[in-house]
Amino acid sequence: MIRAFWLILERELALTFRRWSDLALPLMFFVLVGLLFTLAVGQDKALLRAIGPGVIWVSALLAGLLALNRLFREDFEDGSLEQLALSEHPLSLLLLAKVTGHWLTTQLPLVLIAPVMALGFDLPLAGIYALVVTLLLGTPAITLLGAVAAALTCGLRQASGLLALLLLPLTVPVLIFGARSVDLAASGESIAGPLYLLGSITVLALTLSPFAIAAAVRISLD
Amino acid sequence: MAATSDSLLSWFELALWRGDRCLQRNLTGAMVRGQALTVRGPNGCGKTTLLRTLCGLSEAEHGEIRYGGKLLAASRHKMYATLAFAGHQTGLKADLSTEENLHFAAGLAGGSTRFSNLLAGLGLQYCARLPVRNLSAGQRRRAALARVLASGREFWVLDEPFSNLDQAGREWLSERLEAHLSVGGALMLTAHQPTGLPATKEQVLALDGNTG
Repeated sequence: MIRAFWLILERELALTFRRWSDLALPLMFFVLVGLLFTLAVGQDKALLRAIGPGVIWVSALLAGLLALNRLFREDFEDGSLEQLALSEHPLSLLLLAKVTGHWLTTQLPLVLIAPVMALGFDLPLAGIYALVVTLLLGTPAITLLGAVAAALTCGLRQASGLLALLLLPLTVPVLIFGARSVDLAASGESIAGPLYLLGSITVLALTLSPFAIAAAVRISLD
Repeated sequence: MAATSDSLLSWFELALWRGDRCLQRNLTGAMVRGQALTVRGPNGCGKTTLLRTLCGLSEAEHGEIRYGGKLLAASRHKMYATLAFAGHQTGLKADLSTEENLHFAAGLAGGSTRFSNLLAGLGLQYCARLPVRNLSAGQRRRAALARVLASGREFWVLDEPFSNLDQAGREWLSERLEAHLSVGGALMLTAHQPTGLPATKEQVLALDGNTG
């Protein structure tokens, strides 16, 4: 069972590295949105510092949304998804492997490049630190919630708009706690509270959403 | 054929719906090991839906399905441990080679990882390392069949396995299917062409056209 998890994770990574666009697209989008904001707002450092955490978090969210569209679409169309559904291994575990691979290839690069973007918004070191920690804690929850929505919509045409409508309201708590912690850290306060809440949202998503993803995939395949 | 104690899979008063259209109703039947169940019928009569429903991919609107005498809901896990399915879509990743696809399938489902004879039999030995997206439709069908043939599974479910295959490929597949049946394997398939299986090893389920 664990072997099946690794096999799928390995295949996901191999597939992404065969096609660089999958890896580069969300990353470029993330960086460009941040860059556009710094250019549009101009030289006002206080303003940049104030909007920085929010802008970076929203950019990460939208870049994640862009990538989520493709999470199950291709597997649905080429029949890989029905093969997984017909496996004797638990579908939730197999899909969790897929989602893990997706997070590693589309979200983790964003987390790693975020400090560079934070410099563009003139965030202090404590703020940058908080940004990386909250993104690390928060983006898995976004990916997992997004995977439920992606699984529900993978059989539909024109699903990208619907995916955004389904997902964005659900991500509000993650966004609030994430961006708020960076604000707090930048002004030198403790961020333990929002971090714990963010962590608990992620743990909740990690434990419950695999079952929801599996159920949604079965509905889409029916 | 009525359900008997030795039937592998049996279904009773099944109704198949696609969207809000009823394709078939009151389907009752069973299949046994060592004999192929060939589903025939005009396009759109529900052959694929029947296969997917019997595999548990689609929910039956009405009726019950039993695997090994137990309701599918309870025996699904047991069935999936013996099942190899090749549907309309190949289930192969277009960016991976045939070999990589087969290795992945074998890793997930168990089964042989020595494909060279099989690939040679299918005429795929020279393109086994090419990405599947570069193969022709017939070659992709062959690669998908290779996954089933290498699986070592007992219960094969093949949706139009003969489509896209050339004459030699069809004959080769018929031989392999017969060999599978003669060692006591179970087989369910849909086909428009003759399957080339001997009449004693084939049970035909003819679905009629739109029942409204």
